[in-house]
Amino acid sequence: METFIVFFLNGISYGLLLFMLSSGLTLIFSMMGVLNFAHASFYMVGAYFAYAISAKIGFFPALVVVPLLVGLLGAAFERFSLRKVHHFGHVPELLVTFGLAYVIEQLVRLTWGPSTVDYRIPDLLSGTLFTVVNLAGDNLQFMAGARDPILCAADTGNTCTQFPVYRAFMAVVALFMLTSLWLLLTRTRVGLIIQAALTHPDMAQALGHNVPRVMMGVFGGGCALAGLAGVIGGNAFITEPSMAASLGAIIFVVVVVGGMGSLAGAFLASILIGLMQTFAVIADVSMATLFQSLGSPVSFEHWAYPLLKITISEMAPILPYLLLVLMLILRPKGLLGTREE
Amino acid sequence: MANNTIYAFKPVNVGRWVLWSLFALVLIMAPQVFTSGTSLTMLTKMGIGIIICLSYNMLLGQGGMLSFGHAVYSGLGAFAAVHALVRVSDGLWNLPVSLVPMVGGLGGLIVAALFGSVTTKKSGTTFAMITLGIGAMVFSMSLMLPEFFGGEGGISANRMVGEPVWGITFGPQIQVYYLIAFYCFICTVLMFAFTQTPLGRMLNAVRDNPERVEFIGYDTQRVRYIAFMIAGFFAGIGGGLHAINDEIVTAEVVGAEYSGMYLLFTFLGGALFFFGPIIGAVLMVFATVLLHELTNAWMLYLGIIFLAMVMYAPGGIASLIMMNVRVAAYGLLRRLWVAYLALFGTVIPLLLGITVMIEMVYHMQMNVGMGPEMTFLGVTLRVDAVDAWVGALFLTLTGAALFELARREFVHQWSDVQEEIEAEQLRRQMH
Amino acid sequence: MTQSTSSAGLALELRDVRKSFGKTEIIRGASLAVKQGERVALIGPNGAGKSTLFNLISGRMPVSSGEILLNGEAIHGKKPYDINRRGLARSFQVSNLFPRLSVFENIRCAVLWSMGQRYTFWRFLTDLTEVNRRAEEVLDMIRLRRKRDTSVSLLTYAEQRALEVGVTIAGGGNVILLDEPTAGMSKSETANFVRMIREVTEGKTLLTVEHDMGVVFGLADRIAVLVYGEVIAFDTPENVRANERVKEAYLGSTLADNQAAEAGV
Repeated sequence: METFIVFFLNGISYGLLLFMLSSGLTLIFSMMGVLNFAHASFYMVGAYFAYAISAKIGFFPALVVVPLLVGLLGAAFERFSLRKVHHFGHVPELLVTFGLAYVIEQLVRLTWGPSTVDYRIPDLLSGTLFTVVNLAGDNLQFMAGARDPILCAADTGNTCTQFPVYRAFMAVVALFMLTSLWLLLTRTRVGLIIQAALTHPDMAQALGHNVPRVMMGVFGGGCALAGLAGVIGGNAFITEPSMAASLGAIIFVVVVVGGMGSLAGAFLASILIGLMQTFAVIADVSMATLFQSLGSPVSFEHWAYPLLKITISEMAPILPYLLLVLMLILRPKGLLGTREE
Repeated sequence: MANNTIYAFKPVNVGRWVLWSLFALVLIMAPQVFTSGTSLTMLTKMGIGIIICLSYNMLLGQGGMLSFGHAVYSGLGAFAAVHALVRVSDGLWNLPVSLVPMVGGLGGLIVAALFGSVTTKKSGTTFAMITLGIGAMVFSMSLMLPEFFGGEGGISANRMVGEPVWGITFGPQIQVYYLIAFYCFICTVLMFAFTQTPLGRMLNAVRDNPERVEFIGYDTQRVRYIAFMIAGFFAGIGGGLHAINDEIVTAEVVGAEYSGMYLLFTFLGGALFFFGPIIGAVLMVFATVLLHELTNAWMLYLGIIFLAMVMYAPGGIASLIMMNVRVAAYGLLRRLWVAYLALFGTVIPLLLGITVMIEMVYHMQMNVGMGPEMTFLGVTLRVDAVDAWVGALFLTLTGAALFELARREFVHQWSDVQEEIEAEQLRRQMH
Repeated sequence: MTQSTSSAGLALELRDVRKSFGKTEIIRGASLAVKQGERVALIGPNGAGKSTLFNLISGRMPVSSGEILLNGEAIHGKKPYDINRRGLARSFQVSNLFPRLSVFENIRCAVLWSMGQRYTFWRFLTDLTEVNRRAEEVLDMIRLRRKRDTSVSLLTYAEQRALEVGVTIAGGGNVILLDEPTAGMSKSETANFVRMIREVTEGKTLLTVEHDMGVVFGLADRIAVLVYGEVIAFDTPENVRANERVKEAYLGSTLADNQAAEAGV
């Protein structure tokens, strides 16, 4: 039970990180119709910049500086590259962001080398927030701070699971960022203009708003969000040149499963996939074990045995893709899909 | 023969026979002309690449479907073929090695039928994302199913199995080359023929206006699905040939790098013309075999070239060629040669400067143990010296400035030429 | 005009068709019965829902409620290609062609299915003599022979509209829906165009959205007037001209004002 709680919270915090990424992606897509293939690359750039800069100016200043830098890069790309391709159509736009992702990965490899870099969680945030203790009497107790070595020793019959401070920090930053985003879009004038330009760009421009500048701002903003996610996610998960590729595929799944263009759908899908991947890692069951528990075990020689023996935990990396395929079969427009191609 | 269409396959019949014969001739004679071992390896890879890139363009250029996961079909075809080879050498199957690529094709077809039913439910950007997801999924599965994928070491087989027919054992590389060349020719012919069939034309219609297609009686998704399967079939044949050539297949053949390469080079070669992917495949082999040796930064250069192509020449090299062929057809090409000269002349210092800087950075990063000296095009440079950097920067900036001047002049002259051509076309129409 | 339950002789029938977008009802109970071989013009003020009605009939959008019958068979809820295969073809207000194919290829694509070609990839297009013959025939009917191999993107506006009609009729459907075919044309272009439309829709049932009253009165056997999503009149041109409701819908309060002015108020 206690593991469940902690895993649940881990899953939520990972899901929130996914949402930070996929929300930026969804915003850019809704605004400009272009799916930014390089979105996860900006995440990666954020992580690497944070690694480089936090050593000099500290983690918390980096939290502010890095997203700004990444946002500027994104805006520059939109202005000098993406805009040129806009009138060719959506496929060339996707291709140009694909090219950017490729170039970014090569530049990162060039600058920081091909292996993982030691981007660490700052000491201030590296403790345990609380520990859930499952007392032998089937009693749950929440204790602040790290696990008590005496209470949690092996012979006491108690089991303890820790919830790290940093995970909570990630969740807090994510929630803060997303709330501000929501407020920006719905309560401010800029947000209203963005929403208008979202559905009626020509009209918004006719009314005197500088739509190209709004586009540049939204693209830059989305990238800044990705950069921020990189700052807080890069040290919790590994920071290496291939992180963009692996995470990129997942956030695209999130966006398709949630429904292209729907922020709420992206939120739902992010949490769902975050929880799914977190829990899958501990599920050591497979179809074969299921059959076995039902009393009709599958033999080694059965042709499908190699497939059936795969446990859910082994399948964890592909679960999002299976969800994608399932979604496409059962509900092609996604969970809360609005905008169609 | 005032052909007013810019993007059309020229239907001149005599020319067509000549072209195909030339193609066959080149395939046959190439290894006789380029006889070194490296050349033969490259030619072999080109043959395989041509089939796969052409199959990819069936989706991209002809169908408007951008796939980020085409390697799934060529790769799983390769795995199917290598498993078939294993069974042949174990004596379980009685299949001549020359037919093993067909097993690959069948494998590609079946997988395309399976994944395609789901993938082609959507179009455009969503389709692209789905192909990405499925590509990532299949690659991840490669670790979960070592029985099929062979784990880290992959699956190896021996191609010198079965009874030799007419003394062909497929031992020597040259025999493998001719097998691949044969398949390459046949597949190219078939894929070209496809473009002249009703389905081929409806696929183009789907690319141009998927909505209207439904209003003239065709189910857009069905058209895409069938084309997807056909493309998967040919990709699988390419994969099968790869299995025979390498005698080993590892999980990377279904991975994102391969998919990315097919996309990159098909686009670079030109997706709008049938022969574009052929150019792309040739470039692909040059880049992965030769450029790879020349510099560590080859992938970076590739990415930059790709970006430049998407922004400035989205029709690829094929379209650049055809645009100039069109100008030449109106007798106006000689007018541009000075502008072209200026263009190429000024781009050289620009590229030189950028390349030197990138190479120096690479040297600093990667070859730390080798000291601060490096040779570039025969010139020794010290990466820690300011001179080298200043020099490179100067070269880049002056090159960029001069190039911009030359470019503007070129664009000016080019649009003049285009206007003349259009005027001439109107004139011809009046008669 | 009584509404019969039998659809004998009716090419196209709409029975209390409704369509809402969210909470807004655009088509609010439209009913229509078009006879075989009839030429009907659909007119109405802007925003009345004419294009929406076309979209509903051709299957581009689903109806919210009501029925649409083609030759007695229900087609509401069916896919566009299904409806097209049953003999209904439509054109678009904004030319909806295949920009990278030539004029001839555009027409040929529209001919394929009706001539029995399905997803054929084992025969060459050049060998399909019947298909090619029909395509050449349509090419001549719409008078674009000189532009046969021209890419669509290089055509003039009027030529594109002609091709739009060509692609619509090429499949041989006998219920043709034309959405503002002459929109944006000059007087002389319009006259020629209408002549061409008459020829190519000879013997077929035609439903066309039109704003040009000259075209309407010259071309149509009957006129249907659509106002705020309802068919308020469906009669011969003369009767429609005299219809009070129609006058009011088009002229609005001007009529009432004029009448009031005449009465000296």
